[in-house]
Amino acid sequence: MVLPDFSIALPEIFLACAAMALLMIGAFRGNKSTSLISWLSVLSFIVAGLLVQFDGYSTITTFGGLYRDDAYGVFMKTLCLGASAFAIIMSIDFNKREKLVRFEFPILIVIATLGMMVMISANDLMTMYMGIELMSLSLYVTAAFKRDSVRSTEAGLKYFVLGALSSGMLLYGVSLIYGFTGTTNFDVLANLFTSGEEEAGIGLLIGMVFMIAGLAFKVSAVPFHMWAPDVYEGVPTPVTAFFAAAPKVAAIALFLRVFVTPFGELVEQWQQIIVFVSIASMVLGAFAAINQKNIKRLMAYSSIGHIGYALVGLAAGTEEGVRGVLIYMSIYVVMNIGTFACILSMRHRDGMVEDISELAGLSKTQPWMAFFFLIFMFSLAGIPPLAGFFGKFYIFIAAVNAGLIPLAVIGLVTSVVGAYYYLRIVKIMYFDDPTEGFEPASRTQSIIMAASGLFIAFFVIFPGPLLDGAQAAAAVLFP
Amino acid sequence: MEIGLAHYLTVSAILLTLGIFGIFLNRKNVIVILMSIELMLLAVNINLVAFSAYLGNLVGQVFALFILTVAAGEAAIGLAILVVYFRNRGTIAVEDIHHMKG
Repeated sequence: MVLPDFSIALPEIFLACAAMALLMIGAFRGNKSTSLISWLSVLSFIVAGLLVQFDGYSTITTFGGLYRDDAYGVFMKTLCLGASAFAIIMSIDFNKREKLVRFEFPILIVIATLGMMVMISANDLMTMYMGIELMSLSLYVTAAFKRDSVRSTEAGLKYFVLGALSSGMLLYGVSLIYGFTGTTNFDVLANLFTSGEEEAGIGLLIGMVFMIAGLAFKVSAVPFHMWAPDVYEGVPTPVTAFFAAAPKVAAIALFLRVFVTPFGELVEQWQQIIVFVSIASMVLGAFAAINQKNIKRLMAYSSIGHIGYALVGLAAGTEEGVRGVLIYMSIYVVMNIGTFACILSMRHRDGMVEDISELAGLSKTQPWMAFFFLIFMFSLAGIPPLAGFFGKFYIFIAAVNAGLIPLAVIGLVTSVVGAYYYLRIVKIMYFDDPTEGFEPASRTQSIIMAASGLFIAFFVIFPGPLLDGAQAAAAVLFP
Repeated sequence: MEIGLAHYLTVSAILLTLGIFGIFLNRKNVIVILMSIELMLLAVNINLVAFSAYLGNLVGQVFALFILTVAAGEAAIGLAILVVYFRNRGTIAVEDIHHMKG
């Protein structure tokens, strides 16, 4: 018997073992070991990240073609691991203050991240499904994590019902694709279409539409976004910070992989759907956020809008577009981590607050936090020379070069509309009369704020490494 | 009449539609939603097994086994979340789940 090459999945195997070992520590030592487990989880993310780098950048498949490792995977996995690690670090002192100290929380994040890595490396519809479910099931539990809060459990319930519905639709699409092509392997599917053996029949198209619907749910793109605002608002803030970053990256990574590798040849069939989803997300993200009073809800609409911009790059369907999406998602993750470090510092003596009006006069009471918040808001709005501008720039250039000029124009218009609500926050911070000031931000939160703020501000000077990495990763999808 | 692939696909499509409508039109009870989710996943299984038999290819049946396993885990997590929710609210009627609006 010949064993498959396990070394390709080494980071995932390591993370799975680490999660089980941490669970044992938690089971024997109880909730008092929570901060030890949190830091050990961060450490295992770092080790897994190094293993991902050492795994090499060549494209190899293993487990009978079910699993694949390539430069694209290295890029996306590094991003996911980083985002998850920061989510855990940001949660530590929040959970202590809010009496949410439970050792399961970091472990659930580790398992969810394992699911994301499987999604990113999937080379078969079966692997894809197992990765999505491993991620989603852990996310449902993290959403309902604050067990005694009505809002958190309600958010968990809504997320579960809609997430399960989306998995069902995705699976139905997968079953149709399997039935009409006779395979679930990405490489075999790609070969069928490029060699012209397989025509895009009606069954296959319906399957593809169901798959787009399922994946759009996971990235919360319009018209499958309805869970996002409620879930973002209801769950504890560190969980929102986590939801807004790593799972989105993994789902977008899978979206790109599926529609560029196996279905790349059918770009005419799926392009219109992606264009529609992208326009709808950008428009809704821009207009629905205007009236929001809760900052977490506002961030939910903001992330819907940002996913719309990322999908512009996919709609282009070119290597340049994919590269744009990778750059965009990296910058998006950094902006979100920074913004949520600020939101996690919105704390009065008697507890956390989430209303935007509470930010009034922040520039007088806490000038540095206000300044970093301003950088993040300007960057989310896409104002040059901050990083958010370059994210949008590469995406729109790719769309224009692919002949999607109307899409790029709509994107520009919605980002102008969207700038209104980001700038409103800046106006409230800088020009409104101060209310009762916040408690000083904790040290970890301040460091995260400063680090991501500096990255955003100085990206324009050192864009090289990110651009090169994204270029190398995107090139893999277009052999 | 010979029962062929088309019949299985029709049954599965009907079950899937029932599942989706069960989630959206149901105004009574969250348990019914959980049942609808199972119905959808089983519809997919029928599809996969029917295709697998038709194509003479085992992948579909392996996939169906994976889906059965995941569906069990999904139901367990769904019920657990539902129990936690019930402890907080004392109700699992669908029309009462509206604490957050938007």
